[in-house]
Amino acid sequence: MLHIVNKSPFERNALESCLRLAADGSAVLLIEDGVVAAASNTRFGGMLADGMKRDLKFFVLSHDAAARGLAPERLAPGVETVDYGGFVDLVTSHDTVQSWL
Amino acid sequence: MDEAGNGGGNGVTKKFMYMNRKAPYGTVYALESLEVVLIAAAFEQDISVVFADDGVYQLMKGQDTEGIGMKNFSPAYAALGDYDINKIYIERESLEERGLSLDDLQALTWEDEDDDWKEKSSLHLVGRDELAALIAEQDIVLSF
Repeated sequence: MLHIVNKSPFERNALESCLRLAADGSAVLLIEDGVVAAASNTRFGGMLADGMKRDLKFFVLSHDAAARGLAPERLAPGVETVDYGGFVDLVTSHDTVQSWL
Repeated sequence: MDEAGNGGGNGVTKKFMYMNRKAPYGTVYALESLEVVLIAAAFEQDISVVFADDGVYQLMKGQDTEGIGMKNFSPAYAALGDYDINKIYIERESLEERGLSLDDLQALTWEDEDDDWKEKSSLHLVGRDELAALIAEQDIVLSF
């Protein structure tokens, strides 16, 4: 399953709930304000690292990250960037998509 | 803190604080706040602007919005100094929990006419207690 999170973890608990309930091996795509979770050295770095340990794959929409001043080198290790084409590929390569609003 | 000058108008000068707590672009709050602050600048009030929580992302350097098809309004913050808005407070703890420092934010300056137009920084890094005290002394706090 592909999980999509568009809220900052500093503001809402959508990412926290997503990671709590996503099955091991799921993909998590961070978009819009959700991209701030992908920045390196934030308070939520441990949450991402824990997710990676159970094989969650993290993606971030590069355009949304760039708009917020988060260039690729500012992103946490292990987070993969995707462009709009990559977003489409993620959606089509997973049977189901869940958006955490 | 100095009493703000009242430019000869007959109005009362009040202390206004604009509190910015949201990342830009995901919602319209950041842009709306900037517009209101620039409008308010014309009314010669004692203005301070705060960036706390995700609001600190509004001042990030190197914002590139080409890919999201929205206007990058971050260069407009540089105009605040021209309107004598030079009390811009950044909450230290908000930067820290995001792995950021003042160097990650764009420099904002103003020219001090009482000091040979010397260019000075408008950004003031404040801790939580200091920010709490600043909030407490305001007449009006507008939240975005």
